[in-house]
Amino acid sequence: MSTIPADALHLEKPGKAHSAEHHDDHKPGFFVRWFMSTNHKDIGTLYLIFAIVAGIIGGSLSGIMRWELMEPGIQVLNGAWPFGPGTASFDEWAHHWNVLITAHGLIMVFFMVMPAMIGGFGNWFVPLMIGAPDMAFPRMNNISFWLLVPAFILLLGSTFVPGGSGLGSGTGWTVYAPLSTSGSAGPSTDMVIFALHLAGASSILGAINFITTIFNMRAPGMTLHKMPLFVWSVLVTAFLLLLALPVLAGAITMLLTDRNFGTTFFDASGGGDPVLYQHLFWFFGHPEVYIMILPGFGMISQIVSTFSRKPVFGYLGMAYAMVAIGVVGFVVWAHHMFTTGMSLDTKMYFTAATMIIAVPTGVKIFSWIATMWGGSLTFETPMLWAIGFIFLFTVGGVTGVVLANGGIDTYMHDTYYVVAHFHYVLSLGAVFSIFAGFYYWFGKMSGRMYNEFLGKVHFFLMFIGVNMVFFPMHFLGLDGMPRRIPDYTPAFSEWNYVATVGFMVTAAGMAVFFVNVFYSLFAGPKAPGNYWGEGATTLEWTLSSPPPFHQFSTLPKID
Amino acid sequence: MKLIGWAIALAAVLATPAAAQTTVATNEAAAPAGNAMAADPQGTGGAAQAEAPPFQYQAPTAGVGEPVAGGLGTQEQVTEVGRDAAAFHDFWLLLICALISVFVLGLLLYAMIRFRRGANPTPSRTSHNTAIEVVWTVIPVLILVAIAIPSIRLMRAQYSFPHADLTVKVIGNQWYWTYQYPDNGGLEIVSNILREPNDPTLKPGDRFRTDADGPPLLAVDERLVIPVGKVVKFIVTSNDVIHAFAIPAFWTKIDANPGQLNETWVKVDRPGVYFGQCSELCGARHGYMPIAVEAVAPEKFAAWVASKGGTMPGATPAAAPAGAQLPPANAEAPASAESNPPTPSVADRATAND
Repeated sequence: MSTIPADALHLEKPGKAHSAEHHDDHKPGFFVRWFMSTNHKDIGTLYLIFAIVAGIIGGSLSGIMRWELMEPGIQVLNGAWPFGPGTASFDEWAHHWNVLITAHGLIMVFFMVMPAMIGGFGNWFVPLMIGAPDMAFPRMNNISFWLLVPAFILLLGSTFVPGGSGLGSGTGWTVYAPLSTSGSAGPSTDMVIFALHLAGASSILGAINFITTIFNMRAPGMTLHKMPLFVWSVLVTAFLLLLALPVLAGAITMLLTDRNFGTTFFDASGGGDPVLYQHLFWFFGHPEVYIMILPGFGMISQIVSTFSRKPVFGYLGMAYAMVAIGVVGFVVWAHHMFTTGMSLDTKMYFTAATMIIAVPTGVKIFSWIATMWGGSLTFETPMLWAIGFIFLFTVGGVTGVVLANGGIDTYMHDTYYVVAHFHYVLSLGAVFSIFAGFYYWFGKMSGRMYNEFLGKVHFFLMFIGVNMVFFPMHFLGLDGMPRRIPDYTPAFSEWNYVATVGFMVTAAGMAVFFVNVFYSLFAGPKAPGNYWGEGATTLEWTLSSPPPFHQFSTLPKID
Repeated sequence: MKLIGWAIALAAVLATPAAAQTTVATNEAAAPAGNAMAADPQGTGGAAQAEAPPFQYQAPTAGVGEPVAGGLGTQEQVTEVGRDAAAFHDFWLLLICALISVFVLGLLLYAMIRFRRGANPTPSRTSHNTAIEVVWTVIPVLILVAIAIPSIRLMRAQYSFPHADLTVKVIGNQWYWTYQYPDNGGLEIVSNILREPNDPTLKPGDRFRTDADGPPLLAVDERLVIPVGKVVKFIVTSNDVIHAFAIPAFWTKIDANPGQLNETWVKVDRPGVYFGQCSELCGARHGYMPIAVEAVAPEKFAAWVASKGGTMPGATPAAAPAGAQLPPANAEAPASAESNPPTPSVADRATAND
């Protein structure tokens, strides 16, 4: 797509002032480099490490849940898991279940997917792809990461303090009032709310940084319509964050004052409205699900193009499909609330608006396939994840169209069908795209290549495993199994057993992933600058692997 | 034999004070269980119950009104709206979903084989084709229109609210349900989950679940009884946090919001026992507040009302001072169960726009 002047490629070229070059690339000492960082690549690495740690914790929570749900009855919550003392009452066991689902949801959304995609890959590759030396506000970038750490500590800490029927906050990740106000005594829910405030502030700062960087720091000649699609996806995501998160912050602040200062925003006995909280939450929450998937769309576009050795098909359609998804994503929130008792007209509007999102999403799916069409395909690990993503996201998308129907949602709402749907678009959509991006850029970030065989084993184990976990959940939901219950009537036991076995397969796949990461970091072959060859045309491939500590001190020029 | 044992168990529930606490595993925070008359401070309701013959509840039919082991589809529907909705899902939405998924999978597999590097070493440089981009924008729109039309028809049917033959007020509590029958002498039923026979918290004399009650975790001590072939309106609210009143076999789910009244309706067309569960996270025992609805013939419904000490609309409130709570308007209604008693007008969010 673009040609890069030779002097942009190697900053260490002789002929320039040696001392300046040396000073430029001089990495600070360990503490200053990692704890006071202003370098977008180092901050990106920190975000990725953070996301992996959070992913391990959030994934372990799903393991405990699948273990409990393997058979009817309570086997794990009654003391077999670390936080449940054997002497606890039945209410405490049941409360621990709610703590698990709450923590799993919040960790995966706010501390795994968002940091990995936006903080991790966004920080690493947006400046590289637009030919910028760094982010626009490097210090703000740093605080944006370091706000996440206390947020995560608050969230984890909340599970050790009283939250109603037992230790921890059992409100669900949606924190619906009045369960989260009058229904959850004790400091735990307050800690969760503060955790969300901090994580939200972190994301808002990050969003401001990305918007400024992308608008102002593109290399000469790189118009908006020449930007790589990953940059487009981060730009749209940043706008969604900037517009959605303040609404969440307002809603949870109102929760906080309802809980502690006697206001009644969400309490009908004081003139408030419990459903108002849901409107505010989902006004944030629905854009949030696109925040979690749009950067994935961008990565998949880069990867499919690279391994097809073809430019992306329908570039403008792809970019504006993301813009359309972002815009329409703000006006569909109440499809999460079809059973709250809304009027027929409201329900019809939200049904129709929600279904419209399927159109730009379909454009993206078909454009990815058209990018492959006529290409010269190879199937390295990132491409496998990308193709897996396209298919599984389609499955999650069509069940989304089913749920969009207000009359059908009457049956499906709050059943496992919904759990299956959103895990298909997140656990099999967002997470697959994160792995695709991770393998695609691992060599670029670390300077060493991952092991292709282990990468493929990881992919196939995960592909089989997550489908075993989540496909049977469609059946459970259709059979009427509600979400968020720790025990179920024996008729649900068959498919729950299959799902738990699927979790074990997934966990085995994750073990292979960690072996691969550690093996490759220490013993992987050195990665050349552009290890994907002719198909990899974006600017990061013009640099060494890993890129120099400061890149593009002479800006590349785009034709 | 089973029925006799059942009757004994029921008698035990009525007679034993300890039975006033029948929640799933502990006795703390238990709901007032058993048959409670809403307005029965003098205990005269007990006398009324002694006069009426005990009501014989039916055993559930396996596979109807309850989940099917290893099931793949929606539960069998026993309302017209439910059948329409299930048909729309099974024969239209599911079909479209499957076709789209298979189509995308087919395209992917074809592209992976046909355009692999070994078969196609030189990639094309095609990156635009306006015609095909228009096609894959317009065709999905047409598919969505084909979904939206029956979808809107279904929602209209759900919101059609025919004139109610019976009104039941459903109140969610942490963690049990209360059902009030304003048309039937202020009859109030408190419905708790039934514990398993091997539950360690079960005390001698406590009622436990048998197969005649229903499946584990779905069976309750007091069912919500409604007549078949009648339009039953549910006015749904909550006493504490948000719950959701859901019965899959009726295609019914509506949130119980504290301080607000929601409304939905069913017309069940065959007798049976239909189970559901609370469907909005409501705290520790969210998984332990099932719903069991027993649909019976209208005359059996009248017998059930009598056995609980309630009255049918228009009937003489014999030995049931509990009826004093009733608005006198109801007494004007004809005695027949087929009549349409005036239903209380409810300022309801659901109908406000209808």
